[in-house]
Amino acid sequence: MSKKKLVTLFLSTLSLSAFTFGGGYVIVTLMRKKFVSEYHWIDEDEMLDLIAIAQSSPGAIAVNGAIVVGYKLAGIAGVIISVIATIIPPFVVISFISFCYEIFRTNIIIALMLEGMQAGVGAVIAAVVFEMAAGIIHEKNIFSLFIMLSSFFLTYFFNINVIYIIFICIVIGLIKTFLWKGCVKS
Amino acid sequence: MILLQLFLSFLQIGVFSFGGGYAAMPLIQNQVVELHHWLTISEFTDLITISQMTPGPIAINSATFVGIKIAGIPGAIIATLGCILPSCLIVTVIAWLYLKFRQMESLQSVLNVLRPAVVALIASAGLTIIMTAFFGELGIAVETLKIQMVVIFVICLFLLMKWKMNPIFVMVLAGLLNVLQYFLIQPLL
Repeated sequence: MSKKKLVTLFLSTLSLSAFTFGGGYVIVTLMRKKFVSEYHWIDEDEMLDLIAIAQSSPGAIAVNGAIVVGYKLAGIAGVIISVIATIIPPFVVISFISFCYEIFRTNIIIALMLEGMQAGVGAVIAAVVFEMAAGIIHEKNIFSLFIMLSSFFLTYFFNINVIYIIFICIVIGLIKTFLWKGCVKS
Repeated sequence: MILLQLFLSFLQIGVFSFGGGYAAMPLIQNQVVELHHWLTISEFTDLITISQMTPGPIAINSATFVGIKIAGIPGAIIATLGCILPSCLIVTVIAWLYLKFRQMESLQSVLNVLRPAVVALIASAGLTIIMTAFFGELGIAVETLKIQMVVIFVICLFLLMKWKMNPIFVMVLAGLLNVLQYFLIQPLL
């Protein structure tokens, strides 16, 4: 990959990251628009699989999206370049806000704003959870419902560490995959 | 020492957050609020609010915010590195395997089992945030209930679910409603 292409990769991931509000799902869609439709660097089918990898691997989707696209286009160098470009904008913005935060917090108007926004963000999360839970309930899969309810009780009422729950689910998922494969083969 | 702790905490967040969006939130809350007490639950909620209104994933925003608060810019860099390192390794290996073998069923199947659990974990973390908004950090009791916060919450939830309003707009509105009620309604009580 030429130097010029690497610069383009850096600048496009940087601008995507700086101007994308609203989470990882939005940024991967924009990445697809940029790298598939605009530059024709990746073909449509491959991009869909790369997005699936970004979404099903651990970590932030935006960062994972940058990794898969960077790797596909320019190997390890591409990964480093696109990841750095992706984290620079939030890093700069949040650093700036953190330095002002203490000053902000003592101002009565801003303190009231932030207090009210706590109820607002609570509502945003509640709305997201209702939507996601409705999706799971709609599947009418007893196993998924069981996982959802038991995970909730274990974390909220019994304070079980989140990591244990995720780890157990990964193990269950792997066992299920291998059992399923075994069934298909025999 | 504190830098190493920051690094290890955000490394765990990086390894175990599956599913994007809010999925990292319960893990960050667990590490940063419950285990290490780097932020209070109110500060954590402010952080989630700020994350919603600025570009970038919640995990990266938290790493920067917590890192700066605990150990300045070096802390922010170390925490951010810890947070992205697992992704860089795991996703690169998977992308390599995919481009070589073009097979990823097991990955999808693991995610299918994880998805309901992730919803539950987000619900649990969200409920903690809502309870703090309603009762403050003093604990749940009738006398600590802030009625105005419950009213704002219900209005916001209605605007989001019924009218599908933009979340950033709804959050700013929630803030403004609280300022308004403080100056207009509180003096009357």
